[in-house]
Amino acid sequence: MKMECHFIQSDQLQKLLDNLLANGYVCIGPQVRDGAIIYDEINSTKQLPRGVTDTQAPGSYTLNNNSSDKYFDWANGPQAIKPLLFASRESLWQSEQSVNGQISFITTEPILKPIAIIGVRACDIAAMKIQDQHFLQQQFVDPYYKIRRDNLLTVAVNCGCPAEMCFCHSTGDGPFVDDGADVVMTELDSGFLISAHSSQGEKLLKGLTLQPVTQRQIEESETIRIKSSKQNKNLPHYDIKSRLFNALRDEFWHEIATKCLSCGNCTAVCPTCFCHNETDVAELDGKSSIHYRQWDSCFSQGHSYIHGITIRSETSQRYRQWLTHKFSSWHEQYGRSGCVGCGRCIAWCPVGIDVTESLANFEDRRRG
Amino acid sequence: MVNLQPNPYEPNEAIILERIQESPNLFTLRLKLTDQKLQDAYEFEPGQFNMLYLYGVGEVAISIVSDPVDSHIIDHTIRVVGRVTRGMANLKKGDRIGLRGPYGRGWPMLESKQKDVVVVTGGLGCAPVVSVINYIDQRRSEYGRLNIVQGVKHTTDFIWKDRYEKWRKLSDTKVLLAADVGEALWPWHVGPVTSLFDQLEFDPTNVAVMMCGPEGMMRVVCDHMLDKSVSAEQMFLSMERNMQCAVGHCGHCQYGNKFICKDGPVFSFAKVRDLFGVKGF
Repeated sequence: MKMECHFIQSDQLQKLLDNLLANGYVCIGPQVRDGAIIYDEINSTKQLPRGVTDTQAPGSYTLNNNSSDKYFDWANGPQAIKPLLFASRESLWQSEQSVNGQISFITTEPILKPIAIIGVRACDIAAMKIQDQHFLQQQFVDPYYKIRRDNLLTVAVNCGCPAEMCFCHSTGDGPFVDDGADVVMTELDSGFLISAHSSQGEKLLKGLTLQPVTQRQIEESETIRIKSSKQNKNLPHYDIKSRLFNALRDEFWHEIATKCLSCGNCTAVCPTCFCHNETDVAELDGKSSIHYRQWDSCFSQGHSYIHGITIRSETSQRYRQWLTHKFSSWHEQYGRSGCVGCGRCIAWCPVGIDVTESLANFEDRRRG
Repeated sequence: MVNLQPNPYEPNEAIILERIQESPNLFTLRLKLTDQKLQDAYEFEPGQFNMLYLYGVGEVAISIVSDPVDSHIIDHTIRVVGRVTRGMANLKKGDRIGLRGPYGRGWPMLESKQKDVVVVTGGLGCAPVVSVINYIDQRRSEYGRLNIVQGVKHTTDFIWKDRYEKWRKLSDTKVLLAADVGEALWPWHVGPVTSLFDQLEFDPTNVAVMMCGPEGMMRVVCDHMLDKSVSAEQMFLSMERNMQCAVGHCGHCQYGNKFICKDGPVFSFAKVRDLFGVKGF
């Protein structure tokens, strides 16, 4: 569809929220909580992290005040869209046993309200598209993911403030949104550029006071894009996909295992990681049992357990599993890498392991 | 109204028609879905598996051993190895469990017609290939020479003696058994299973080798078969990994670029040989 770009004053942002709320949406937006920018329910622009920015480093994330008047002058915190669509823990079904031993199964119906998420970044839109592939575009469709996905509206904001950990430009997923969002905005000094990327997005724009875009505003947006594309971290340029599987016995895996705690933080904050386990929790009266699924990690002890054997008992094997899947075998499964360059796994790693350095290691080794 | 159907995660109720104790820690459950419409519509191929659910405990992936043409029953031979299977061992005729499936890709039975077939198993009785032998037994004239090779560590591990005796009487069929450690009155071979391979009767250009057991054993079998000029595309193995969803979503059975649950569990050796035997995958 043709995407026409408009300009809106900053006050239109509240109007946008009001219109969404009036149409029955739960609005989810960025806000400061517990020292981080997180996404949760929002009904006023006053809740947005205006005048706040972040400083990120390997194993480090802090918020600081800044003098900017912008609402979105920060880089991503630990989570964005993933928990909204792929719940960290949820009941799938419940079984009940009658006195004569019959078992019936009852589907758990999630409490469902249309959700509009405001302020998501290009990396998370790209990650959502990957999770769509995994949960929706396969032989089996995940009905829990699907129903939430069908009820999600995304209002993305192009990133004007990537963190030191970001490398979305290198993965081709940012800093600006190409497609996959319903509405895309760019925050300028005096307001926002806004365009609809879907029919739902077009409806949303109709309720706003739109102004034509000036050449100067387009130039300001372009300046932001160029600045945000200059990121210090990059994926190395060698053929990662084929080289990782040719290095399965490399000593690097043992070296990294001396640092890696196998804690699974990287997989919890990763917007594309989809592993989950299923557990049954029986009620105390024995009459029913609830079947849950919750996020799992390939760094956990139980992930590779099978009848008495743990296939990946060593941290070196788990780190290798994660890296080779994310950057190599993922290509054959989903037609691209599983990394969108959000940098979260670096910032939220308690020992500051940098995935771009891990990958660069194999490049150096060849040269050496 | 929220519509979550079809829901690939939700089991259906099945009733135990019969419970057969095969050995001290191996038993067969003969099952039928209680919803007759679902049972009538149930179709599977040898090598596929179901997720069986023990009420209040959880699910486990178990291969189907009955014959696909018999639409009345679904048989599962189960070894007691963990929490769910230990609980299932206590079930009896008339008890109910949950069942969803079938899942995965099974043995290439149609593609192997008119070929010689070599079935190799190792370790304790290997349920996934029992379905292969039964399938050929029911359609004996459609396949070439059948070789059944079973290797066990100790002679006492050998189960299903009656079945092997029965299979030995099938036409054009060779049954070879070996134990690594022999003992008195063991009538079969003592030594590794591969030491029997010279006795096999097959045409290496027209054979399907189907195997199941510990990966170390399967690796050795594949290497021997390669030496005998069997192509990697004609060797098939049934793989096992942690499986929780069985529909390619939960990630536990990821194996290189595959998910064992939906791309397998049966693979040709050609498809997995790059990773096969690499510790940690």
